[in-house]
Formats: sequence, C-alpha cells, structure tokens
Amino acid sequence: MGSTNSTLSKIPNVEELVQETGFTPAHIVRLYDRFEALDKEKTGHLRPQDFGAINRLAINPIGDRIIGAFFSPGQETVDFHSFVRILAHFRPADKKRPKDPSMPEPVNSRTSKLKFAFQLYDQDKDGKISRAELLQVLRSMLEMQVTEEQLESIADRTIQEADLDTDDAISFEEFRKVPPGGALRLTYQHGALTQIRFIIVKNYVRFDNGKQAMKGNRYLKFTLPC
Amino acid sequence: HLVKLGVHEVPPPSSGLLTPTMGGFVQIKLAVYFLTIGLVLLNLPCGSYTEIPPKPPGTVTVLPPVTPAEGPQAFPDAENSNLPVFTMNYARIQVPFEVTLWVLLASFAKIGFHVYHKITFWVPESCLLISIGLMVGAIMHSVHEEPPAVLSYNVFFLFMLPPIVLESGYFIPTRPFFENVGTVLWFAVVGTLWNSIGIGMSLYAVCQIEAFEVQDINLQENMLFAAIISAVDPVAVLSVFEDVSVNEQLYIVVFGECLFNDAVTVVLYNMFNFVAEMPEVEPVDVFLGVARFFVVGLGGMGFGVIFGFVASFTTRFTSNVREIEPLFIFMYSYLAYLVAELFSISSIMAIVTCALTMKYYVEENVSQRSCTTIRHVVKMLGTISETLIFFFLGVVTITTEHEWNWGYIMFTLLLALVWRGLGVLVLTQIINPFRTIPFNFKDQFILGYGGLRGAISFALVFTLPDSIGRKKLFVTTTICMIMFTVFIQGISIRPLIEFINVRRTNRNLETINVEIHSRLIEHTIAGVEDLCGQWSHYYWKDKFLKFNNRILRKILIRDNRAESSIVALYKKLELQNAMEILDTVSGDINAGSSIVSLQYVYPLSHSSACFLSLSLSLSRSLSLACSLSLACSLSLSFSLSLLLAFSLSLSLSLSLSLSVSFCGLVTLSVSLSLCPPGCLSYTSFHIVHPSSLTHYPFNLNRSDGYLRNPEGFGLGSIYQG
Repeated sequence: MGSTNSTLSKIPNVEELVQETGFTPAHIVRLYDRFEALDKEKTGHLRPQDFGAINRLAINPIGDRIIGAFFSPGQETVDFHSFVRILAHFRPADKKRPKDPSMPEPVNSRTSKLKFAFQLYDQDKDGKISRAELLQVLRSMLEMQVTEEQLESIADRTIQEADLDTDDAISFEEFRKVPPGGALRLTYQHGALTQIRFIIVKNYVRFDNGKQAMKGNRYLKFTLPC
Repeated sequence: HLVKLGVHEVPPPSSGLLTPTMGGFVQIKLAVYFLTIGLVLLNLPCGSYTEIPPKPPGTVTVLPPVTPAEGPQAFPDAENSNLPVFTMNYARIQVPFEVTLWVLLASFAKIGFHVYHKITFWVPESCLLISIGLMVGAIMHSVHEEPPAVLSYNVFFLFMLPPIVLESGYFIPTRPFFENVGTVLWFAVVGTLWNSIGIGMSLYAVCQIEAFEVQDINLQENMLFAAIISAVDPVAVLSVFEDVSVNEQLYIVVFGECLFNDAVTVVLYNMFNFVAEMPEVEPVDVFLGVARFFVVGLGGMGFGVIFGFVASFTTRFTSNVREIEPLFIFMYSYLAYLVAELFSISSIMAIVTCALTMKYYVEENVSQRSCTTIRHVVKMLGTISETLIFFFLGVVTITTEHEWNWGYIMFTLLLALVWRGLGVLVLTQIINPFRTIPFNFKDQFILGYGGLRGAISFALVFTLPDSIGRKKLFVTTTICMIMFTVFIQGISIRPLIEFINVRRTNRNLETINVEIHSRLIEHTIAGVEDLCGQWSHYYWKDKFLKFNNRILRKILIRDNRAESSIVALYKKLELQNAMEILDTVSGDINAGSSIVSLQYVYPLSHSSACFLSLSLSLSRSLSLACSLSLACSLSLSFSLSLLLAFSLSLSLSLSLSLSVSFCGLVTLSVSLSLCPPGCLSYTSFHIVHPSSLTHYPFNLNRSDGYLRNPEGFGLGSIYQG
C-alpha cells in the first residue's frame, strides 16, 4: 500500500481522473505503472512508436486502428490522462447509474462504447462507415483468405443488411441497430416476390460498368442449385 | 379367450368406427390405441424377456417344432407330413420385431401429438410421452405382462443414452460454450456436490424422525440416494429448454451443467455404493474420492479429445469413400463412450468432448452431403432415444413394485427444490463478479427452476444393489421426483419465463454484421489487453486460434486454407438465401394470378427507348402480354421480359404477337401465348425494329449456365424459354 500511495502522489489530478472515469485508485496506479513501462524515454508522453513496441499488438489485424484511437486528430502524443480516458471505455457499464440528461454521458456507457467501436471503422471521422472503409477493415481482418471480389461481395452484403436509408454507408444510428436478417430475408408471403425482383434487379441493372453487371450475373448463378 | 384366438385372428381395426365425420386427430388416436392393443397382444404368446438366449453355434433353425401349447399354429394337423406351404416362426424374429414395433409405437405417439398444435406448445413432449407410456403400462399391467427391459442398466447406458448425449454435444453452440466454460464447470461440479451433500444430510436428519418409519436408512444409503437424485438430467432439460428461447447465457449454462455434472454423479455414485457395502469409512477414502473425481473428469475429457482428433485425422483421407464418411463419426464417438465406460470414467463427458472436438474439423473435411447426413442422423437417433426413454419411463412406472412413504417422498421433493434454489443463489453470488454478463435474479430463478431430473436417475436407482433394504422406496421416490419435475416444472416453466420476463434471445440473429462486429470487438479487446499487459480469456482464445491455424489445421484438415468465421458465415448465409429463394418460388403452384413482368430495353445504339410491359395471365394456360415501347429512332432494341409466375415449367409454348407502330415512335405489341397446362414461366425476347414493324418473339432456350432446363427449380424456370 505504501508504494501505491507514493505512486498516487506522483500522478497529477488523480481525484479528477477517478471521478471522470470511475477507475479505482488501485486501477489507476496499475495503469500508471504500465504507462511508465511503455514510456521508455520518460517523457511523460507516448508516441505511436511506443505502442508499436508491444509485439502482440503489432500483429493484431486491427492493431494500428486501436493505436490510432488513442490519438485525437492532430495530436501526436498521448499523455496519461488521455490514456486512462480512452481505456475507461472498457470498464463494465454501471447499471445503477441514474439517467440524468443534464450530465454528460459517462465514458463507459453503452453508447460511448458503441461510439468507440464505430470510430474504429470510421477512420476519416465523417460519421459514416463508407463502403471503402468497410472494405479496409475486412481486408485487414481477412487478410489472405479471400479474393478481392469476395471481399466486395461481403462488404456489399454487410451494407445491404444494415443500411436503412440506402445511402450506401452505415451511419452511427444504423450501426446501433444492426437489424437481424435485413433486406435479404425472404419470408414467404405474397409480397415476397417483389423482393426477389428487386434484389435481382438491383444486382442486374448496373449498366455503369461491366464489372457490376457481371456481379449481378454471379449472384444469379449463385441462386441456382449447384 | 383373446389369447386363444391367436395373433393372426385379431380383428383389424374396423373401418366402421372411423367415420369420415371424425377429425384426423381422433382417427390417429384410435389408430394408436389399436396398434397398442395389437402390440400387447403380440407380446402375449411369447412371454416376457430380459435377455436374448444365445443361439448355440452351428445349429440351423429350419422349422421350429410347434407344440399345441405355445403359439399360433399354422396347420392344426400336426401328423400331416406333406410340405408345409405356409409357416410361421416368431421366436426367431422376436427381438428385432418387438424393438421395431415399440419404436414405431412411440413415434406414432409423437405424430399424434402434433396433430393438435396447441398441446405441444403448452405441454412439453416429454410429458405427453410419459402419459402415453403410463397408459400403455396400465394396459400391459392389466394383462400381467412385463415390458421389455429398456431401462435396465446395460440397455439404457449402452444403447439409449449415447445417441442423446451425442446429439447434445454435436449441436452445442461452441462459441458461447467456451466463453462460459468456467461458469458451466462451476455449476456442474460444485453445484452437484452441494446438492448431493445437502440433500443427503437433510434426508438423514428427516429419517431420524420416528413418525416416518424410515429409521433403518443409514447415512451412507441416504447419501447414495441423494447422489442419484441431485443430478440434473440432460434428456429432460433439453427437451424442455429447446422450445423455450431464453437468453443465450442462461441456455448455455443450463445446457452445459446438465451434460458435465455426469463426472460428479459417477464419482459420488460409485463412492457411496462402495461405501454403503462397507461397514466403515476411513478418511483416506474421502481423499481417494477426490482423486477419483479428477481421474474421472479429466480422463473423460481426455479420451473425448483424443478420439475427436483421431476421427478428424481419419476423415482427412476419406475423399474416395464418401458413402461411409458418416460412419466414422458415429463409430468414433461411440467408441469414445465405450472406452470410457470400460474404465468407469465419465462416458458422457467423453462423448460430448469428442463431438465438440470433432465437429469443427470434420465438417471441413467431409462432403456437403455427408455433413447433412451426419447432422440428420445424429438428430434422428437422439430423438428416437429420447422418445423411447420417456415412453418407457411411463410404462415402467406402472409395472414396477412400489413402496410408498408419504414423509420421505414429500421431504425429498421439498429438499431437492430448496437445496437447488439455495445452491444457485450462493454459487451465482460467488461467480457473478467473474462474469462479463452477470446473472440477475430472474436468470437465477430460471436456473434453479430448470433443474429437471430424468431417466438417468431412474436407471441408476434401478440398479442399486439389492442389499439395500429400502430399494423399492428409493425407486418410488425417484419416480415421483421425475414426474414432479418433468410435469409440474416442465409445463410451468414456459408461462413463468414469459411472466417474469426473462431476457430472451432472438436466435435467428445470424447476420454478417453481427459476425463482423463480434470479430472486430474480439480483436480490439485482445489488443487492449495486450496494451494493458493484462491477460484474460481473450488472450488464451487468441493464442489457441493461432495454434489451431498453424498446427492443428495442417494436420487434421485435408484442404488447409484458414477460413475466418466471417467468410464461413457469409457463405452459409448466401447459400441459405439461395435455398430460400428456390423454396419460395417453386413451392406455390396455385398462384397464377398476379404476374408482373419487367422489361428492359438495352439500346444497342445511342437512341433511347423505354419499354413497359404488363402481362396478365387469364388462366393457368393463357397469358396476355401487352408491351408498349417508345423508340426514338431506327434502332434495334432488345426487350427482355420476365414473366414471374408460379407453376411447373415445360418448354413448350406457342405465342402469337402483333405489333403496331405509331408514327415510328411508339410501338405497341400484343402477344398472346398459349402453353400447355402447367407451364407458365417463360422468357421471351422481343426484337423490335420499329421501322419495319416486325416483332419477332424469340424464345430463349439455350442451356447457359443459368438457363438450364430445370425441373421445377424455381428461379431457373423463370429464365427458361
């Protein structure tokens, strides 16, 4: 306990941190030790290279995105406060928190967690996950397993499932909902047939470039028993 | 009198009773009853059996000498030495024949239940089967007949139980299972121990009360009985929980607990059995008991994993013997079970872990058909076993000898409930801090309430050594316990779940989005854990996945390409959608009415043209298509018309069309096509050359990739000419 107290005294504004993030002082001490271990040159700030030194993080498929999440746009270094604030997203949510609209949303509420995850996709921070961004994420996660065409089909399907306002991108609201099944689920009703038509049409009527039209063919081919 | 009639003279169910005015439900019920009676009567001439008498080797059974006293006689005249034209030899086929009839009877009962949907919604099938079994048991008892010994120790544990456990193990949702494995083992092991010891001690205390007249049951016997009765039974639980969709965490914990508590039950049962026969217990024995538990549990899992890997390795080489691929799966799992039984370690755990290990690798190695076959056969065998077990539970209830003792039985029921409730409460309090999604009180209630007992307890109690004086009382109590839990708890659990509003799950939530987000979040959390230098189960999961990809897959899978779950799910979903489309379109034959056709004009030149066509089918064989086109200049325009219709397709159709052009700008063409009944789907190409006012309907009937001539394949028929 003695060492904890002494470490606590080294950290500036501990009470504010505790208040804001909800970590206990013991947690903060542990994080501070980790921070110092990473900060080899003892500058009090972390740079991307310091993060890159963690071996397992370097081979994580989305390691660079995680590292990027720590740095706010324009900033090149992370100090301890920001470090802890970002990590506070991963604390379990407090169920008993009263829903007080006047207070700002705490860092570990469900919405904030979802926002954090959303930002991992949305690198250019325009509030939407465009098809290209989705493709990048899929590429990094699936690496060598699939061809480019298959990646695009998967990305297409993902957007089709989630995209409710048909703007070919996933906004945060749509991200929250992630509806099950979505547009491709066919239920056998009278109106079901119109759905088939639209899907076929959607995939078939792409005259703009030959590649798209070919994709429509491939979809149709896929629907037949092989 | 009925016996004297002989088998072949039983009157068939007189069709006069089954009048057309009766509903199908009643008809089937009557048929079931007649079948039952017929079955019972079939049994009568042959007597009961518990073992198959072994045939002396080398004998050839020609015609058994038929004495007048036994069995039916084909020819009443025994002195006639001419060649018999018609003979009957029942004894030879008796065993397989009766097995088949019993299985059929139980299956008919199952069919009968589903005639009226509401029943199976509110009453789980296990209850219905037990009821039918009770009735059949009553019939058999009234004619003083013994039922076949299905629930005897060997038959039950060697033949009836493995299919069910294999089915449960094969269809466990693996990811939630491994995420909750700690909780599952905690409840299975510690929970069952708590229950056994608690119930045993309290029952012993109850026994001391003089009023109940059970003072001769000593502590060891009570503990033995408690060990038998405290285990939650997989058969009963799964049959109830399958229809009720509680949230995934709860489901997997209940599911896992009932499968994995077998290790504890086996150890306790053997230990107390051993102890009950010995006059005194030494402290060393307790210590040995604990050691034995580890041997049993870990040994079971170890055997399962070994056999799972061997099975996966074998399937790597089966690409040329596709027909017997499913056989390997069944043989290896059964072998795992039997080897575990050989060493008296937990066979249930062995077969469950074997199925778990095997499934992932085998499903990548075998062909699609084998995969479907395996799944289907596993499910079928499991269902048959389960049906038979519940059925015979009912039958045997009536035909065994009972000893009733109000005090003991009531207290057992009460104590079982109380101890289970307490156990769940205490254990959840201890383990909740370690869980990502803690259990709330509603979940705990269902967890406690869902502890149904079933046939395993019954089989175990049936085989208690006869040296235990009060064996009949134990049997009666066990049966009461099973009936109580299966009927009362089983029936009431569904309304209770809705009433207290437990978190439910939408089990159809398999979408690409969810999968991608899950994987991303897993990677994120693994990354953050590395960042903080703290490792929890995501680290181990990640490590195992890497080990799997690098080493295991190379050895065990023939065609080794690492496949992410995202790609696998994507393929699966696309295939599902394709099958759905096919099923939807080709399923409905009657709808011949609204057909909308879409026509596109693909301009070959720079002129723009637009085409709209509407076609109505006047009847199933006649359709009228009107098309309107606007062409601005002299150009050839293609039109593709899709007539989406439902029916069988034939390739013959006759069509007549007329087109009129107005001012060279607008072309109206009307085409009438006549097809033989049953053919309605066709594609017509209309080549319209406005300037020449000709209209060539052009039927497309090539066999392209997607224009094959399909026999009733929905989407294909749309494009077929």
